[in-house]
Amino acid sequence: MTQWIEILDQRLDASAAIAFVSAPEAGGIAVFLGTTRAEKNGASDLLALDYEAYQEMALKQLIELAQQARQKWPILKLTILHRIGRVNVGEPSVIIAVSTPHRAESFEACRWLIDGLKQQATIWKKEIWSDGTGRWVDPHA
Amino acid sequence: MTVNVKLFAALRDVVGQAALSLDVAEGRAAAQIAEQIAEKYPQVEKYLKRIAYAVNQEYVPGTTVLKDGDELALIPPVSGG
Repeated sequence: MTQWIEILDQRLDASAAIAFVSAPEAGGIAVFLGTTRAEKNGASDLLALDYEAYQEMALKQLIELAQQARQKWPILKLTILHRIGRVNVGEPSVIIAVSTPHRAESFEACRWLIDGLKQQATIWKKEIWSDGTGRWVDPHA
Repeated sequence: MTVNVKLFAALRDVVGQAALSLDVAEGRAAAQIAEQIAEKYPQVEKYLKRIAYAVNQEYVPGTTVLKDGDELALIPPVSGG
């Protein structure tokens, strides 16, 4: 198996992602983790992000992105894992790992995949604040 | 005909439901169905300008005409990652 794409409601394991994409022909493995960043708004602290997905569509989109990336770069193995549910500050919500024969290709492919995911994938996040409020994130607002 | 509508994120919150089974006239386009929903749930109105549409899990233009049994998703701006 050369591809692992999954949306899951449990803590993501970066070492499992790296182990999956490891390959004898690889000269480079690029790994990206997107994590929940601490923020402050007056006296209120951001505690977590709640993620939800239109899962069937998002999975199809991620598989399509992976196919497009394979046409652009000589990818040996790749994984895209996205978590849904509550992701506390400091924890990863997304992991992308790519192995290629040379490092430049793995960096480029990894960057392209996370950018594509953020632009297209039917996944949403809501900020959960310590004052009890919640706010859906609108990246273009 | 019947269209199965899926709602997500802020839209789901303001409507209070994740899915609606909607009776619509033949020949209706995705954006017209969204307007029909906004008539019943006025809180939806302010989101209409910014939503995208997916029919049977593919992004489509708002002018796309639906068929009986289609799954129409109203997609607020995505924020994955």
